[in-house]
Amino acid sequence: MNDMMKKTGLFAIVGLMIVLTGFMQSWNTALQILNMGLISAIMALGVNLQWGFAGLFNVGIMGFVALGGLATVLVSTDPIPEAWSAGGFRILLALVLGAATVVAAVLAHTRMAPGKARALAVLAILIAGFFLYRGVFDPAVGAVEAINSASAGNIGGLGLPVLLAWPVGGLLAAGGAWVIGKTALGLRSDYLAIATMGIAEIIIAVMKNEDWLARGVKNVIGLPRPVPYEVDLQASPAFVERAAGLGLDATTASTLWVKLLYAALFTVVLLILLWMVQRALHSPWGRMMRAIRDNEAAAEAMGKDVTRRHLQVFILGSAICGIAGAMMTTLDGQLTPGTYQPLRFTFLIWVMVIVGGSGNNIGSVLGGFLIWFLWVQVEPLGQWLMQLITFGMAEDSALKAHLLDSTAHMRLLTMGLVLLLVLRFSPRGLIPEK
Amino acid sequence: MDFLNAIVALSNFVLIPAIAYGSQLALGALGVTLIYGILRFSNFAHGDTMAFGTMVVVLFTWWFQSMGITFGPLPTALLALPFGIIACALLIVGTDRVVYRFYREQKAKPMILVIASMGVMFIMNGLVRFIIGPNDQRFADGERFIISARDFKEMTGLREGLAIKTTQGITVVVAVIAVALLFWFLNRTRTGKSMRAYSDNEDLALLSGINPERVVLYTWLIVAALATVAGTLYGLDKTFKPFTYFQLLLPIFASAIVGGLGSPLGAIAGGFVIAFSEVTITYAWKKVLGYLLPDSLAPDGLVQLLSTDYKFAVSFAILVIVLLFKPTGLFKGKAV
Repeated sequence: MNDMMKKTGLFAIVGLMIVLTGFMQSWNTALQILNMGLISAIMALGVNLQWGFAGLFNVGIMGFVALGGLATVLVSTDPIPEAWSAGGFRILLALVLGAATVVAAVLAHTRMAPGKARALAVLAILIAGFFLYRGVFDPAVGAVEAINSASAGNIGGLGLPVLLAWPVGGLLAAGGAWVIGKTALGLRSDYLAIATMGIAEIIIAVMKNEDWLARGVKNVIGLPRPVPYEVDLQASPAFVERAAGLGLDATTASTLWVKLLYAALFTVVLLILLWMVQRALHSPWGRMMRAIRDNEAAAEAMGKDVTRRHLQVFILGSAICGIAGAMMTTLDGQLTPGTYQPLRFTFLIWVMVIVGGSGNNIGSVLGGFLIWFLWVQVEPLGQWLMQLITFGMAEDSALKAHLLDSTAHMRLLTMGLVLLLVLRFSPRGLIPEK
Repeated sequence: MDFLNAIVALSNFVLIPAIAYGSQLALGALGVTLIYGILRFSNFAHGDTMAFGTMVVVLFTWWFQSMGITFGPLPTALLALPFGIIACALLIVGTDRVVYRFYREQKAKPMILVIASMGVMFIMNGLVRFIIGPNDQRFADGERFIISARDFKEMTGLREGLAIKTTQGITVVVAVIAVALLFWFLNRTRTGKSMRAYSDNEDLALLSGINPERVVLYTWLIVAALATVAGTLYGLDKTFKPFTYFQLLLPIFASAIVGGLGSPLGAIAGGFVIAFSEVTITYAWKKVLGYLLPDSLAPDGLVQLLSTDYKFAVSFAILVIVLLFKPTGLFKGKAV
């Protein structure tokens, strides 16, 4: 069996499973899996860029995904002018002051001669800057959050088309990646892992607690959509007529049509990104990256600036995760910071990359689809399995009830098992790197 | 008098909680650092190992309670602790046989082992949630306080009360015993010495006839004990919730790295550094400052540097600062 056939075969199997879901469960479920599969595939591409190309161990994917989601709110929701006149600009000023403090401290540290004087100066700058920042920041936040706090209480967005949020999400994630990369890259790989994990938790904590930014855990709902609303479609006689022509009722047809439109949009983004990373992989730049990954010392001896290249690829990979995050928030139509969990948004993506084949873009895409399909479908399968296992047990047995209740946790077990099995018996993934 | 009040308030809200939390982190970080020293990888499953051990302790505690067995004023969980350690040891030695040993024999890169530990993390996490569910479980019983705030006020006549929870006292005592045992084992026994030799220089240790599988086995057994003890103490002090244990991974790793990965002494120091900075930076200083400063200077706000929701940010900031200035940690750790 040649390589091309294997790839096509694997994709056909995943496609078939999604189609089967359509026939056996419902087409809405199938399309949901497809849409999230497309987004997962993009996230996997981003991680593959970092791990597969460059060997960077990023466990902070969740943070970059969340930054993308934040971008959706900041770009697409309507502006709230009252909030800006009350304190929005003062918040910006405070943030600038905070950044200036850090820059001043770093400058003092690099420019002054080592010694007690330098340590004191840096400390003084940091302490003074912190109180100055809090002095400007706290009242401004209070003012913004007081405005119409039941439905707003935040600075709002720019009111731009939501599609624009996708690249902006990428930029925001890239900015975050630059900051973390500047501090943590060049340290050992384990340290990078812990540092990225930390920054992801911090990003989520900021999004949960800074209500002025995107309402925190009060959530932002009803984000604008790039596709028509179901109710509008159902109200349009032309659409109802066409749906009837296909033998569908208007409600089902409208939900399916909206999901199909999303799927088309996501496919376009996936194909563009896939084309770009494929070109990157086969370019001199990609070969250099792999050379650095395989032997840093040798690459450095050849005059490659390893830290700089690492920073570059780290930013690019994180930006892709940010784009995917913005797309996901657009699909959900809401930003709920409470739902970002590391197992789901960091480690699951890792499973996708490892199972699909690290270092191979096509493999990562496959992994994204396959693992997302499993993540969704393990629960109904587990339910069925448990019913089979507990079939002989007494109706009122506590064990039976417990087992049936616990099927939701089967998916974590399954993911771990899949990861370990692939790592053991096919360590290079389903579609290995060439 | 105000000065005394300030000291009591400070001890009550900062020192005592931080010492208890620091002991728990130190025990967790010791496990991480031992695995790193001997097996040479960062174990992402450590938080869930702690959760598994604690879960068994919780189950045994409930069983004992239902049979009417208690430990007098002390929590019943202490009686259940050995059973938790045994179950946890069985699980992780089994995991080592099934998962990690293969990669050790292959001499796989440390990163492959880290990824394998991610798989183990998923499985253990699922296992714990499968058995006990994802919710909060309380299992502390016995006396609640060694000294309650009211007794302290009556005893001393101060305005501030000092409360020491039994769990906090037990945490410190158990942690001291565990650490003393560990250091005795590492420094005095033959197996302990061979473990340190293996950690310092693998090739030399192998040459001198140390059996690596034996060293690894003992490491896992010690890690199981440390993880279960750390998890149980944390659970007694707060509550047991699987997800919280997973999140403990970050401060625990921060402690181990700040102290210097691979250095047991560093892990303990790191645990206390992280715990004290978390508690002091997220504590509202209004009360203490109110006693210390003259009335005219008394602060209006809470004087809280960061809200408690940002405690992760504190461990992370300490981690970054230490790494930037002392890349191998406070006590020279090893670099793989």
